Amino acid sequence: MNNQLNVEIPSDSEVIIGILNNSDSVLKKLYLGYFPMILQLVVNNNGDEDEAKDIYQEAIIVLYNKVKRGDFELSSKLKTYIYSICRRLWLKRLKQLNRYGGDIKDFQEYLPVEDEVEKHEERDMQLNKMGDALKLLGEPCKTIMEDFYMNNRSMQDICERFGYTNADNAKTQKYKCLQRLKKLFFQQ
Amino acid sequence: MRENQLLEMIESYLSGEMTVEERAQFDALRKKDATIDTKIAEHKEFTFLLKQYNERLSLQSRLDEIHDEIDVHTLKEDLMAHPSWIVQLWRHHHSKISVAASIAIIAILLTLFISGSLSNKDPRYLQLKREVDQIKGKTDQLNDKTEKIIKDGKATGPVINAKFKGTGFALTGNGYIVTNYHVVNGADSVYVQNATGESFRTKVVYTEPQYDVAVLEINDPAFKNLGTVPYTFKKAKSDLGEVVYTLGYPGDDIKFGPGALTAATGFKGDTTEYEVFIPVNPGNSGGFLMDDKGNVIGVINGKQTQTSGAAFAVKSNYLLKAIQSIPADSLNKSLILNTKNSLAKLSRTQQVKKLRNYVFMVKVYNQ
Repeated sequence: MNNQLNVEIPSDSEVIIGILNNSDSVLKKLYLGYFPMILQLVVNNNGDEDEAKDIYQEAIIVLYNKVKRGDFELSSKLKTYIYSICRRLWLKRLKQLNRYGGDIKDFQEYLPVEDEVEKHEERDMQLNKMGDALKLLGEPCKTIMEDFYMNNRSMQDICERFGYTNADNAKTQKYKCLQRLKKLFFQQ
Repeated sequence: MRENQLLEMIESYLSGEMTVEERAQFDALRKKDATIDTKIAEHKEFTFLLKQYNERLSLQSRLDEIHDEIDVHTLKEDLMAHPSWIVQLWRHHHSKISVAASIAIIAILLTLFISGSLSNKDPRYLQLKREVDQIKGKTDQLNDKTEKIIKDGKATGPVINAKFKGTGFALTGNGYIVTNYHVVNGADSVYVQNATGESFRTKVVYTEPQYDVAVLEINDPAFKNLGTVPYTFKKAKSDLGEVVYTLGYPGDDIKFGPGALTAATGFKGDTTEYEVFIPVNPGNSGGFLMDDKGNVIGVINGKQTQTSGAAFAVKSNYLLKAIQSIPADSLNKSLILNTKNSLAKLSRTQQVKKLRNYVFMVKVYNQ
């Protein structure tokens, strides 16, 4: 199927090295290489292309994080791994949507990946909570948090950007913002 | 703002920006206050989550960018498992098809119901049993005869009236007679009466309900051997249009019924029967169906009341099959069918004259 669509599939080791090196081109090759397989899985099992995109991206993120953490062992083919994750995610999604007919049409072999999907979903929930907390935080706190904790900017930069007269004021502001963010995060 | 300062210290501790001196001080503080370590861990965890959130966002946008380059629509078309046209037809129109099928089924059932085909009792099919009711009018006549017989001192047969009557004909000269199973079914005793009015007691030696055939054996001492039967039994199938006739006792007198073979299958396509166009009445059941050459080609067994003149006859090869399956120990005399036909060259009237001695009225009695 993939051959018909003239998609170049990168080798498994190429993908892993590429992810570790933050290579955009490898990520792209990886993404393009296996998307048809997942689209096929989803559209032939009561789903549409947007749902296929969602679960495929989730699976790529799972793989990406796993490789980044350094605990990815090439015990199976990457293809099988991605398919298994997507299959598991899609089954869960189908059950949530009450669209599961008790049978899934498979196109590849697959592995049991329940634990991994479970872990990923826990993490995903935390991240979503963080996203919601940041949205509620409001400006300028949100930008300060992003600049300092996410983009690794120095307090000096932040000071100049927001026009604080001295670094201590900025630090106090940052501290208040962080406290509020924590409160928002844990309240949910 | 103690907390504020502590956070600053934690942050610089974690980022490794502390001087050796500051670090030593902070370590001492950590030893003194165990809660600081938990605070460090919490802060580390929380800021890590923030970082990860950021990474996730950027990865997501990278993926979205890649995704936008895919022509998802075309890809989807290619990847959809295309079911065969008949499945597609069903998917798109299954409700219409179901409704149409239901209507068709209901219509068929209604038609069958109205036309009476669904009832077990088929009104068209009348077995040629002769109920006594139908001969009630002749009771007086019979009584007269019985009285005469008693007067003559020759008691031949019981005085009670026969419940059913049918026809039978000789298989052999030594007293084997064939009739319909439905004529003798449930009988207490069966008598046969020949053309001259003599009755003989018989025993039912074999029945074959499937082909509606019964074989009787005359075991009456008054019975004298008839001599070799003049007809033979045809094994092959007869052709449509064949001129046929039957002899039987629809009433008290033997009656000739001429006709023709009209179909190779009988009632409702029954392949064991012929359809014949022949005037038969209740009482003809069990009579032979004879072709022009003096071959028995069947046994009359029923008539269709709605098609005037149509009657049915069990094909002779099924009669032969039935005879072959008679167990030898249920026969007291030999049952060897005649193979020499002495009717072929005779005219119809001469044939009938000869045949009447071999045709019997079958009288069935039950309490």
